[in-house]
This record gives sequence, C-alpha cells and structure tokens, in this order.
Amino acid sequence: MIELKNVNKTFKVAKRNAGFKEALKALFKKEYEYIHALNDVTFTIGDGEMVGYIGPNGAGKSSTIKIMSGIMSPDSGECVINGRVPWKDRKEHVRDIGVVFGQRSQLWWDVPVIDSFELLKDVYKVPEAEYKKNCSDLVELLDIGEIIKTPVRQLSLGQRMRCEIAASLLHSPKILFLDEPTIGLDAVSKIAVREFVKEINKEKKTTVILTTHDMQDIEALTDRILLIGKGRILLDGSLDDLMTRNTSKKTLTVAYSGTLPALENMTVVKDIGGHAEIVIDTAVMPVAAAIAAISAAVDIKDVSVEGTTVDEMVVSLYKEFRI
Amino acid sequence: MRKYLSFFRIRFIGGLQYRAAAWAGVVTQFAWGFMSILMYKAFYNSAPESFPMEFSQLTTYLWLQQALLAMFMPWLFDSEIFDNIISGNVAYELCRPCDLYNMWFVKNAATRLANTVLRCIPIIVVAAFLPYPYNMSLPAGWVQGILFIVSVILGFSLLVSISMLVYISAFYTLSADGIKILTVTLIEFFSGAVIPIPFFPDSVQTVFHLLPFASLQNTPFLIYVGYTIGSDALISVAVQAFWLIVTLVAGRLLIKRAVKKVVVQGG
Repeated sequence: MIELKNVNKTFKVAKRNAGFKEALKALFKKEYEYIHALNDVTFTIGDGEMVGYIGPNGAGKSSTIKIMSGIMSPDSGECVINGRVPWKDRKEHVRDIGVVFGQRSQLWWDVPVIDSFELLKDVYKVPEAEYKKNCSDLVELLDIGEIIKTPVRQLSLGQRMRCEIAASLLHSPKILFLDEPTIGLDAVSKIAVREFVKEINKEKKTTVILTTHDMQDIEALTDRILLIGKGRILLDGSLDDLMTRNTSKKTLTVAYSGTLPALENMTVVKDIGGHAEIVIDTAVMPVAAAIAAISAAVDIKDVSVEGTTVDEMVVSLYKEFRI
Repeated sequence: MRKYLSFFRIRFIGGLQYRAAAWAGVVTQFAWGFMSILMYKAFYNSAPESFPMEFSQLTTYLWLQQALLAMFMPWLFDSEIFDNIISGNVAYELCRPCDLYNMWFVKNAATRLANTVLRCIPIIVVAAFLPYPYNMSLPAGWVQGILFIVSVILGFSLLVSISMLVYISAFYTLSADGIKILTVTLIEFFSGAVIPIPFFPDSVQTVFHLLPFASLQNTPFLIYVGYTIGSDALISVAVQAFWLIVTLVAGRLLIKRAVKKVVVQGG
C-alpha cells in the first residue's frame, strides 16, 4: 500500500543570465530560483496494482520516485509505504522495493553479471534457497542464461536492461519501481521487457510503478494512469479516461491514386503527390465511416490511423488546467 | 558484515583483472626505486655524517614504499564514486539496505589491496635478493615487525578515510577536482612520499608531525626499518589511531548530512 498525501518538494536552483559580466557578478552574489518540483501530490496505490506514471520531462516523475524509494525527503506532506516512511526507515524500506532506473546501471561494470547477482544476494541477505529459485526463474523468464557469465561492459543495452531488471527482483521485493525501463531499447527487447513485467505482476502480485514516455508501454502494461505535469497530479484514471477526456481527434495518413475531392467532416492538412493527411473528429465522424468515404472517392493503397501522443495530451491538459 | 565482505570481494576480483596495468606498475616501480637509491647513494657518498639513518635502512624504506605504493599512493581515487555522486547514480546506492560510508570505504580499501597484492610480491622478492646495502632487509626485530603490521593497517585505513572526505566533498561542491588535487599534493609532500620525513630539518619535521599525513606511510615504514623505536614507536601508533578516529567521525557526520539533503542530479 502506497499512500502519498499533500507531498511538496521545492528545489533551489542557481541562476544567472548569459555573459561574462553576469558570470563575474554571480561569483559574489548568487541568485536563486525556487522550482516547485512537486505540488500537493496525493495518491494511493494498492497492493498488486500496475500503475503508469506519466508526464513530460521535468514534470516531477523522478522526484516522486525518489521520494517513494527513500532517496529524497519531501519538504512537507506524508508518504507511507507498507506502514513505513521511506526516508526515515530507509534501510528497512529498501529491502521491500526494487528499483530500475533506465538511464543508470546497478550492475558492476567489469565483472560478469552473475557476480553482481551474488553480491546483491549478500546485500539483501537473501536466503540461499530463495536466491537460487529467484535467480533461475528470472534467468528463464528474461532469457538471460547465455549472458549472465559475460562482463557487463560487453553486453548490449537490451541485454543489460534485462539483467538490470533481474537484479532488481532477486530479493523478491513487494514493490517495483521502473523508471523508463524501455528507453533506448529496440522493439524486440521492449516487448520482452513488457511481457516480463506483466508476468511478474500477475504471478508474484508485485506492485509495479512505471514511468515512461513510451505510449506503447502504457498501453501494453497498465490499467491505471497517473498523469503529472508541473508538479501536480493532473489525472488519475484509466487509459481510456485519458484518451476520451482529452480529444477525439485522429489523423489518417492515406496513400492513394486518383484525385482527392473535398470531403465532408474531414480536414485535409496535407496533400502531396498521392499522400494525404486528414484530421477527423471521431465524435462527429467515426474512423470507419471516414475510411469508407475516402475509399469511395479514391483508390486507397495504404492507410494508417494515429491518435494523439502522450505529449500532445499533456499539452492539451496544460491548456485545460491553465498551468 | 557479510555484505561488506561481498563488496570487498567483487572489487578485489575486479582489481585483479587488470594484470597488464599491474606489470607495467611493477616495472615503473623498480625503475623508480633504483633511481631513488642511486640519488640517495650520491648524497650518502658526499656527506654520510648528515644522513639521518643508515644507508641500508633507507634502501629498505624505499623498497617498502615501492612495494606498497598502491596501498599508500594518494592519487588513486575511485572515479566511479565521483561519477556516481555527480551523475546521480548514487540513487542506486541509496536504494540498498547498506551504509553508504561503509560500502565506499570497503570498495576503496579493496581496490587498493587488490592492486597491492598484484604488485608487491615481485618487488619484495627481487628487492630482498639484491646485494647489501641495496636490498630490502627484514624488520628491525620481531616487536618492530608486529608494530609495523598494526601501523600499516592504521596508516592504510587513515588514507582511505581521508580519501572518503574527498569523495564526500563532491556532494557539496559538485566537482571535487580542486579538493582532490589539493589533498593529493598535501599528502604527497607531508607524508614523506617524495622525501622521507627524517631528511627534513628538525624544525620543519615538527610541523610535519602536527599534521595527520605523517601518520600515513611514514610511521609504519620508519618502524619497520628500526628508525622509530621503543616508546616513540608506540606513541606514533597512538597518534595514527587518533587521526583515524578523527577522520572517520568527520566523514560519517558529513555523509549523514549530505545524504539528508541530497539532490540526486539529472533525470
């Protein structure tokens, strides 16, 4: 059980204008700016839930993760995870959590992966039998049997990420924080990681909190979304809530032969040499009807439908909340 | 305790992997050792009466210095720890049920010891079989030998805990380069790594002995060669213990404060 109540965090950032004179001035008098990284953040996550925590860069995602993993303490507000305050009982708390930061590494660079695993076993005091079982399960599920004897420096990013995830689960944590776990991965590795996360959530009832910029991660994994922007929780609901709440506009990209006539309820944004981009409002014109109308007029060679991206949604939510 | 032993082991294994570097180190240290001995030989020949110790004591001192260089060289810092602090990777370290200070202390000690183990044996073996007075002789006596072991451990721990202060400063300054250079220079000069402390004028030596740096390599080496003897040796070991406690306490307090207000950089 994760409970955050009115959590605030402010950073002090040194600031100066560009230029030599300003740099000189800053030597004597520094000007600071206060950035409200988290503003009254409140949410509750139950055991075994899988939550996508999304928002643009600098929205406060990582700050929240850092607070929940006990690395950082907030300025005010409460945070109780499994009955403990993370930054107060740091050592006790971290035994229960596993953390993967997609952009950082927890494995030892110059020794084989398995040595890092052994070390983590001792660090978390995992009993031998439990370690053996977890290790063989994870090796099988993540398909890393071939690579755990290789030094980390010789692994590809996708291989390394799978090992990172295994490393964070060796001590059977109750909560798993994944901070951009698929960043920079190719399609195959992404799918492998997603499958695995789904599996672990289902089998072991591990609570998973996932931050990502990858909409497909969210679609594939989470039932619940927390959207954060400029330090505030903007939306707490399902993916569908987010989609419908935001906008019903879709973009059709059509490759065709013939001439495209003016079509009702559709806006042609671009039309160059047989490739057109057409925006429709699904509230007025369903996708199927739009495609039918287009194919009646021209000979369609290829068509793709795109919804809005997370970033576009966030931008429109910003407008909605006027922040 | 067990987890710190594991940290030690993984670092030790990692350190043992760089064998080419170790061989290069051995060669360099032989060259350096011979060069220093030749230089002091010239000095001894021209004015043996102003030499503060026996010539054979000095050669033993110099060979010890070369053999245990990896243990006492001040410029060996673990760049990974600085990177961790500066890049924010320290977040991972804080997600472990471990004491950050102990973990880093152990890692550092392990890196130094792994390097020492690889390098010291060939140097000691060859230096022991060189003709007198250019060889490395046994400790001045068995009491001196035991005191040497105690003193080497204390001096080594003191160096690691001084390095810890430099690492921790990265939490406060973002770039520890300045403090690093300053500390390395201070240690090099005041620990007798460049010129053994007994070769300095008496009045200057008084200043040296007021600083913690004389408790690093100077104390154990001088005990080994039998320059510091009797109650003086005991006092110098006690001084080492004093500085070790001071630096350990300071490091622990500073890291506690740093972690409390840590702002993990980037992302």
